[in-house]
Amino acid sequence: MSDTNDIYQKDSIFPPPLVSGKHDFHSITETICGVVEKPFNINWLLAIGFSSTFLLMLGASIGYLFWEGTGIWGLNNPVGWGWAIVNFVFWVGIGHAGTLISAVLFLFRQKWRTAINRFAEAMTIFAVICALVFPGIHVGRVWAAYWMLPIPNQMAMWPNFRSPLLWDVFAVSTYFTVSLLFWYVGLVPDLATLRDRAKNKIAFWAYGILSLGWRGANRHWQNYERAYMLLAGLATPLVLSVHTIVSFDFAVSVIPGWHTTIFPPYFVAGAIFSGFAMVLTLAIPCRKLFGLEDFITLRHIENMNKVILVTGTLVGYAYAMEFFIAWYSGAPYEGFAFINRAFGPYWWAYLTMVSCNVISPQFFWSKRLRTNLTVTFILSIFVNIGMWFERFVITMSLHRDFLPSSWDYYTPTIFDVSLLLGSFGLFFTLFILFLKFLPAVAISEVKGVMPQADPHWEGYAQKEAH
Amino acid sequence: MSEKETPPNENWVFPKWHNKIPLIFFGVIGPVVTITAIAGVWYYFSPKFTDVGYTPEQPVPYSHRLHAGELGLDCRYCHTGVEKASSARVPPTQTCMNCHSQIKTDSPKLRLVRESWIENKPIEWVKIHKTPDYAYFEHSAHIQAGVGCESCHGRIDQMVEVGLAEPLNMGWCLDCHREPENHLRPKSEVTTMGYTDAQRTEFLATAEGKAAKESVNPPQHCSGCHR
Repeated sequence: MSDTNDIYQKDSIFPPPLVSGKHDFHSITETICGVVEKPFNINWLLAIGFSSTFLLMLGASIGYLFWEGTGIWGLNNPVGWGWAIVNFVFWVGIGHAGTLISAVLFLFRQKWRTAINRFAEAMTIFAVICALVFPGIHVGRVWAAYWMLPIPNQMAMWPNFRSPLLWDVFAVSTYFTVSLLFWYVGLVPDLATLRDRAKNKIAFWAYGILSLGWRGANRHWQNYERAYMLLAGLATPLVLSVHTIVSFDFAVSVIPGWHTTIFPPYFVAGAIFSGFAMVLTLAIPCRKLFGLEDFITLRHIENMNKVILVTGTLVGYAYAMEFFIAWYSGAPYEGFAFINRAFGPYWWAYLTMVSCNVISPQFFWSKRLRTNLTVTFILSIFVNIGMWFERFVITMSLHRDFLPSSWDYYTPTIFDVSLLLGSFGLFFTLFILFLKFLPAVAISEVKGVMPQADPHWEGYAQKEAH
Repeated sequence: MSEKETPPNENWVFPKWHNKIPLIFFGVIGPVVTITAIAGVWYYFSPKFTDVGYTPEQPVPYSHRLHAGELGLDCRYCHTGVEKASSARVPPTQTCMNCHSQIKTDSPKLRLVRESWIENKPIEWVKIHKTPDYAYFEHSAHIQAGVGCESCHGRIDQMVEVGLAEPLNMGWCLDCHREPENHLRPKSEVTTMGYTDAQRTEFLATAEGKAAKESVNPPQHCSGCHR
C-alpha cells in the first residue's frame, strides 16, 4: 500500500491517479475479489452479529407495534406525524448520493466515481429499503397497507390522486426499482468474474445464475454499455424528482413552516448532502478494513468532501432564506413558526441542526481538513446527525399549531427510539452482507480508468521496445 | 480460440436453451399465473362469492313468501322503523300475536312465538343484513329518496327463508350512490316487489321522476357513511 498522502505533498497541477499503488488488471481483480473469497473473519462476524441484534430489535418493535398499534409512539394531538416520517425522509435522503454518484457522475464522465459507485448504490438500495419500512408500518392497520397502492378492490376505493402521499408511493417505488436494476446491471460483469474464480459449488451456481451467462464477449459489452447508459439516463431525473416529491408531503400542506416553495430544491440539496456523508461514514472504515485504500483514495474522499461543502452551504442558504421569506411575507403565522423553531421549546434541535449542517461542512474549505480521514469521518457523522435533526425540526413545526389550547410537546417513547436504531440495524446488516458476498468496488469499471486501459498508454510502447 | 478447443469455463456459462427461459417465463408462465391469480381473487374473494346467499336457520320458520308474497302483507306492518329511523326494526313477538292470537293458535311451528309471548322474552332472530360498525346506514333516508326495498333485499316475496341477495360491500353501495336514478321509484311503489325497468323509465319521464332525479344526491365522500 502506498502512502496516498504523498500525492498531496507534491505541487502537481495534475490530479493524483485514480488508482494508487502499483496495480495491474490482475492485482485489481485479486484485491477486490479477495474481500469476498477470503473465509469469514472474526471482525466481520462480530459486525454482523452486532448489526443483526439491532435488526432483531426492529423486528420485535414492529411486532409489538402491529399488536398494540401506533399508540406506542409519542404522537399526540397536534403532532400527528412523528419519528416515522422523520426516519422515512432521512433514509430516502441518504439514498440520493448513490444515484448521484452512479448516474449523474457517469453521464458527466467523472471517472472518479468508479471506485465508489458500487457500494454507494448498494447504500442507496438498503437506505430505500429502510425508508420503505416506515410508510408500511405507520398506517396502524397494517392489513390495510395495500390501500396505498391503486389496486382495484371491492370497496371501489382508490387512493387520493391529489395527495402527495400517493405521489410519494410512486416516486419511491420507481426509485427503488430503477436503482435496483441499475445496480444489478452494473454488477453482471463482476459477478461473472466471481463465478469464474469460484472454488465451491454454491458460489459457482449462485454467481453463475446471477451473472446471466456473461462471457465478456464483444456483443455482451456492447449491450451492457447501452443498457447501463439508458439506466443512468433513467436514474438521473430521479435524483431530483424523488426528494422533490418527498418534500411535497410537507410543502403541499398548509401548515406554516411547511408550505414553502423552497422545499423541493432544499430537500434535494439536503438529500445529496446527507447521502455523501453516509457514503463517507461507510467508505472510510471499509477501505481500511478491506484494504481498498488504493481504489478509494484521498482524491475520492476529497471530491466527496467538496460535494458536502457545496450542498451543506446550499442547505445553510435554504435555512436562511426560509427565515427571510417568513419575515418578508409578512404572514404572522409563518413568522411565528420560524421564531418558534429557533427559540421555542425545540431550540436545542434547531441548534443541533444548524451546527451540524451549516457550520460543520465549512471546515472543508481547508484542504488539510478535507484530506484528513479522521476529521472527515467525524464530520460525516455530524452531518448524518444534523440531517436527521433537520427532518425532526421540520416535522416538529406541528407542535404549536393554530390553536394554542392544543399546543403540546412531542416526546419520543422507547419504541420510537428502538425503531430508529432498528432501522440502522437493518441497514448495516444488509450492507455488511453485501460487503462479504458481492464485490464492493466495480472491478471492470476501475480497470477501465487505469492508464493501461488507454490505447495510447506509453507502457505499450515501452513493452514493444524491450 | 479454435472451434474445437473447449473454453475452460464452458460448464460455467449458460447452455443455449437458457435463452428460452425469459420467453417461457415472461411469455407463458408469468401471464398465466398472473391472470389466474387475479381472476381467482376477483371471483373467490369478492363478497358476491363469500356473502351472497347467506341464509341462516331462524328460530321460527317464518315464511316471507307466505306473509309478504301470498298474503300481501305490507313490509311496514312489521318493519315499522323503515320510514322514520335508521333501523327498519325486527318486529317484537307482540306483532306476530296480533294475528296469531286468532289464527293458527295451535300450530307447532309457532310454539316458540307463543312461549316468547307468555314468558315475555324476545325471539332471537338471526341478523342477515349486516353493515359494519364504521358504516353509517339510515333506512329512512333511502326510503324517503324512493329506493325500493327490493333494490337491496331482493325478491323477499319469493323467499321462504330470507337470504342475502346483494353483496352489501362498499363498491356495491357506491354503484347506486353514483347513479341513483337506476334505483329510484315513486314513493308509493317503495315496497312493491317486481318493479320493472320499463316502469322506472316511465316514472323518470314524469315531473315527479325528474324532480326525484334532481333532488336525490347521495353522498360519495368518505364521511357520508364513515361518520
